Amino acid sequence: MTKITDLGVVETLNGLNKKDFSSEEAVSEYLKLIEKDTKLNAYIHFNRDKSLSEAKKSDQRRSNNSSLPLEGLPIAIKDIFCVEGEKTSACSKMLENFVPDYESTVTSKLWQSGGIYIGKTSMDEFAMGSSNETSYFGEVTNPWSTDGNPLVPGGSSGGSASAVAARMAPVALGTDTGGSIRQPASFCGTVGIKPTYGRCSRWGVIAFASSLDQAGPITRSVKDSAVILQNMAGFDAMDSTSADINVPDFVNACSKSIKGMKIGIPKEYRLDNLSNDVQNVWESGIKWLKDAGAEVIDVTLPHTKYALPTYYIVAPAEASANLSRYDGVKYGHRSEDIKDLEDMYSQTRAEGFGEEVKRRILIGTYVLSAGYYDAYYLRAQKVRTKIVEDFNLAFNKCDAILTPTAPTGAFKIGEKNIDPVTMYMNDVFTVPSSLAGLPAMSIPSGLDAQGCPLGLQLIGKGFDEETIFSIGSIIEEAANFKYI
Amino acid sequence: MSLDKSTLERVAYLARIKLNNSEVDKMTEELNNIMKWIEELNEVDITNVPPMTGVSNMTLREREDKVTDGGYQDKIVNNAPEKIDNSFTVPKVIE
Repeated sequence: MTKITDLGVVETLNGLNKKDFSSEEAVSEYLKLIEKDTKLNAYIHFNRDKSLSEAKKSDQRRSNNSSLPLEGLPIAIKDIFCVEGEKTSACSKMLENFVPDYESTVTSKLWQSGGIYIGKTSMDEFAMGSSNETSYFGEVTNPWSTDGNPLVPGGSSGGSASAVAARMAPVALGTDTGGSIRQPASFCGTVGIKPTYGRCSRWGVIAFASSLDQAGPITRSVKDSAVILQNMAGFDAMDSTSADINVPDFVNACSKSIKGMKIGIPKEYRLDNLSNDVQNVWESGIKWLKDAGAEVIDVTLPHTKYALPTYYIVAPAEASANLSRYDGVKYGHRSEDIKDLEDMYSQTRAEGFGEEVKRRILIGTYVLSAGYYDAYYLRAQKVRTKIVEDFNLAFNKCDAILTPTAPTGAFKIGEKNIDPVTMYMNDVFTVPSSLAGLPAMSIPSGLDAQGCPLGLQLIGKGFDEETIFSIGSIIEEAANFKYI
Repeated sequence: MSLDKSTLERVAYLARIKLNNSEVDKMTEELNNIMKWIEELNEVDITNVPPMTGVSNMTLREREDKVTDGGYQDKIVNNAPEKIDNSFTVPKVIE
């Protein structure tokens, strides 16, 4: 028999339905892997008793014939989602001992659908990073690394992507602000979708940049991704930007024909320094979609090169406001080395935040401060409008856009964390759709010269994840990607 | 527009993040590099372009003005680094 931990979401649910194994067995197999992992550092926290007791309850429901859609499915959660009674730190010293007394809407929906919590995955501190190297709990290793050549899993949802790729979870939740689901999905050879802004509730998700943050699943198949998103999405009155729009049948969309669909190829994504590997995988993708009867057309997104600098004003500005709540009073770290109130704030924040988080708070504070607001923040908001207009015009001509997910495959741990701007460049292809709030998915589509995964990104119209699932399924079938 | 050390110190004060001298030097240099790169945005013609504050074009929902939540002070102070009964505590502010 195949190992339980080799099964994806749909396969695990089938196995549970056929009574090949119980949820308790499945969960305990994953816990064994999580407990003995010394190589990847993908998980930072788990709760054996809670997970097994929930799994037993699920098996009981199943034996009473009252199964839920995700009944008994083990699910890993990025450490940015509040899970009631479980340490939730966003991988920051600031929240090292924070235990929420409430549950995020998205995780609560998954538990109500029968999903079983198996642990918290590592991430870049407060989701700020593209390599998982800013985590307070240490770097995470990409399971595609070879001996003596440790690679980053990408970030910020690096622990989630690493865990799913290494079969330490059939699915892990991530969040994506500028590429934090898609880029690690690409680096680790997994499927990752950032749904349309407003599709999944942000309530109970530790905030980074509120006009950009979205939750989504990381899995090893497009259909698995559809099954999970189906059970995460939907209107929530607790999130003022949650969209009151019906959630369509994503699973059904995975088997729809793409004949006659128009796929846009934006010329601005053909960077001069794009490697041949990435270029070749992109060309293959174009061919696969043509073979499936889609029409491939050129589109233009003229403001693409301004997306990253725009993002590095907008996201830090929002972050500086969101992270002002960490003041050492209500929860989180408080410095012991303090003279007075003022000192408590600044010393607490100096000790609690890591270097990248401080850098972004300082950028954000600077671009919002008197005398600089118009020159930076207001200008960036206007350029953001131009970026959205680019997409609107392109989507008058096509149904979806195909690009590489990232300009390279996974890089070495320590290779790019010296210069911030070099690190920021990782998100050059993922940030534009984030700024426009559009749904986008990364599908593993090939390998680079060192034998590491490369993903292709599909960007869809707002609230049209269905088209992405249809096209993504075609790419998945044609790429026939070999998971580890 | 270059960012000097005293501006950085002022920004760090506004953000309530204590930095030592070597951190101020390092952050000034790094932020300068980042801001230099961001200056690219000056190339874009933004005349008469409205600023975008969010991607959802919806207006904020209204709800009935009634209490729907509350009554759990103990949970609220649960994670406080320091508390007395159901209150947060801070260093003495008024002499």
